[in-house]
Amino acid sequence: MRFIFAGFGGQGVMLMGQILAYAGMIEGKNVTWMPSYGPEMRGGTANCTVVVSDEPVASPVVDKAETVVAMNIPSMIKFQNFLVENGYFFLNKSVIDREPDKKEDIKIYKIECNEIADKLGNLKVANMVMLGAVIGATKIVSKESVFKALEKKLTGKKAELIELNKKAIEEGMKKVSEQ
Amino acid sequence: MEKVMVKGTEAIGEAAIRAGCRHFFGYPITPQSELPEYMSKRLPEVDGVFLQTESEVATVNMLYGAACTGTRVMTSTSSPGFSLMMEGVSYMACAQLPAVFVNVVRGGPGLGDIQPAQGDYWQATKGGGHGDYKLIVLAPATVQEAVDLTVLAFDLADKYRTPTLILADGLLGQMMEPVEFPEFRDLSTLPDHSSWAMTGAKGRKPHIITSFDIDPYILEKMNLELVKKYREIEKNEVRWEEFKTEDADIVITAFGTVARIAKSVVEMARKDGLKVGLFRPITVWPFPYEPLKKLAEKVDLFFDVEMNMGQMLEDVKLAIGGEKPVAFYSRMGGVVPTPNEIYEALKKEFGRRE
Amino acid sequence: MKKLLYKMPESLSGKEFTYCPGCHHGIVHRLIAEVIDELGIREKTLVVAPIGCSVFAYQFFNMDGTIAAHGRAPAVATGMKRARPDLYVFTYQGDGDLAAIGTAEIMHAANRGEKVTTIFINNAIYGMTGGQMAPTTLLGMKTTTTPYGRDAQKDGYPMHMCEFLKEAKGVAYLARTKVTTPQDVEKTKKAIKKAFLAQVKGIGFGLVEVLSTCPTNWGMDPISAMKWLEENMIPEYPLGVFIDKVGDEK
Repeated sequence: MRFIFAGFGGQGVMLMGQILAYAGMIEGKNVTWMPSYGPEMRGGTANCTVVVSDEPVASPVVDKAETVVAMNIPSMIKFQNFLVENGYFFLNKSVIDREPDKKEDIKIYKIECNEIADKLGNLKVANMVMLGAVIGATKIVSKESVFKALEKKLTGKKAELIELNKKAIEEGMKKVSEQ
Repeated sequence: MEKVMVKGTEAIGEAAIRAGCRHFFGYPITPQSELPEYMSKRLPEVDGVFLQTESEVATVNMLYGAACTGTRVMTSTSSPGFSLMMEGVSYMACAQLPAVFVNVVRGGPGLGDIQPAQGDYWQATKGGGHGDYKLIVLAPATVQEAVDLTVLAFDLADKYRTPTLILADGLLGQMMEPVEFPEFRDLSTLPDHSSWAMTGAKGRKPHIITSFDIDPYILEKMNLELVKKYREIEKNEVRWEEFKTEDADIVITAFGTVARIAKSVVEMARKDGLKVGLFRPITVWPFPYEPLKKLAEKVDLFFDVEMNMGQMLEDVKLAIGGEKPVAFYSRMGGVVPTPNEIYEALKKEFGRRE
Repeated sequence: MKKLLYKMPESLSGKEFTYCPGCHHGIVHRLIAEVIDELGIREKTLVVAPIGCSVFAYQFFNMDGTIAAHGRAPAVATGMKRARPDLYVFTYQGDGDLAAIGTAEIMHAANRGEKVTTIFINNAIYGMTGGQMAPTTLLGMKTTTTPYGRDAQKDGYPMHMCEFLKEAKGVAYLARTKVTTPQDVEKTKKAIKKAFLAQVKGIGFGLVEVLSTCPTNWGMDPISAMKWLEENMIPEYPLGVFIDKVGDEK
């Protein structure tokens, strides 16, 4: 399954992709995480591609994706046409106040990531709320694997944020189960 | 050993340390600065030496100096930086000094950009610096392969007393994939260079390392010695991968990360009933001429895909020798071709010839 | 009673010098060899020869050696010293090598305080390539590329490497000398010894600039060349010790 995570720099889209890839690896799947890099990293839009597959990953470069996660409007516009039929389109409703042009033959999930994160006490976990929604809807990896990935990735001083991130994942999953 | 997720650049660094490299000299340049950064943190942990140099020109000459002492030494850079190193690389090839270079290729020529490209193929495989010399050039396509080929690069450098080059691109450098690292090499088991290295002339005649002789007849002898070595390498070290070529009518030729993208194209074509395969040189020097030539006996069309103006294309054509048509698809300037666009181009080419 | 007054230093290979009559390379080579003998470090010393007339220096010294690319001897020496801090490394460089093409390398090696030694031969001209202008060529001096004399407006001014290098914090010993009289030869030997001691004692970078003649390219006989050096080079390049963190030998 091919994923595109996109948003503003600082919204944690790179980490979202890395945690998903890590969780896939923990489950013994083949994974690749590939970032956009360069000047756009510094303040502009950022995106990364994740491929999770039972087969060895051939192309890390995708022009089609089963899942697109847009954390802001430019990302929604840029990547909507990457979606395949029956693809998943996740939109951060807190930031995106308009409809995508692409609506046919896809599943759209609108999640108020920022509000949910804010309620949990830290706006920074908006990305994990979204990741929770992604795994809840696509079932690509289990919650447990994502939790393990968080424990691997958030070490040192960041370790104290693990619990909060886990809660954010669970909130995101809850949100899609309601939709 | 447990798998870990790492970036290509860092994977190369860790692999080098496990291969017994304890000396790294480097100058920052995008998109590979994560590698010197990694080494600056990691090498002191294993009593190694990291030095940020004043230029790539200084870098290559520090490699020359360190290699003279017989130690495993490495640097990494990106295209313009590798151009600056060319004089020193030529010196090292002639002086028969083992060392490992990494070129994380970016868009060129000139300042170019910092996106992935393959425009340094000629520079890597056809010389680059002055004079008659060759580098062993390894072109990994996955992060795991980058690890494996880094270790191999050190072993081949020592075995043949020659500089070797990892030809990567920005895509591979920035990509994260699960890898399994090899065990740490016991430093005492590394090849013994005491017969030629500069270690102090104690109780023996001085060891002199030069890339120089003013007498043309002696220099010619040195040239011939190098040629003999290069023939030996061509005989022993050719590496390549074939994917679904057994029954293929069309074979895509590609190296590095483009070959991975091409693999997806093979899968797409197979789903549509087209018999497409992939031929991927792993050593771009020595180039796998013979296996590709063999393949030409049963293949109708070759389709070369590169992120340059057609550099490996020349070697592909040399191998095939005009027997079969070779079509070409390319993106340049740091634009990475997608599986769909390559597939569309391939179908068009195939249709044209039907 | 017999007393040994003179012998070939062990640190010289015994190969006959191939330098022109009246050239000072030979004197300086011998001084370096004597110093290495006296310090007892020949078996642990590596020589890095430059591109220039002294490209063959590695043949004249009886120790492991190499030739660096033009100007890069300090980088090569850095690589060696970082790989083998237990060994001693020196570079031998001319003015084109050190003060033109290799300016970046010498500046940074000095500033990092690399524990290596550099002997810098300044004869104000390119020798091997046939008498072209060097960065240290004097104003008004005629060379094959300044046939009307060096013109500051066009060619810039003579480079004063010691004066530049004396600002570098990593330098432990820095001096400018000459070898035109027996007394000067003695002084130069002392300076070279200190430049090596800076390394042996692990204090930092050591460099001695030796003002030298090039009778062939200056178009003079050796005696006139020495006289010319005294009269023209000394006013431009004053002798002296610029930095000495080594102290006096006890």
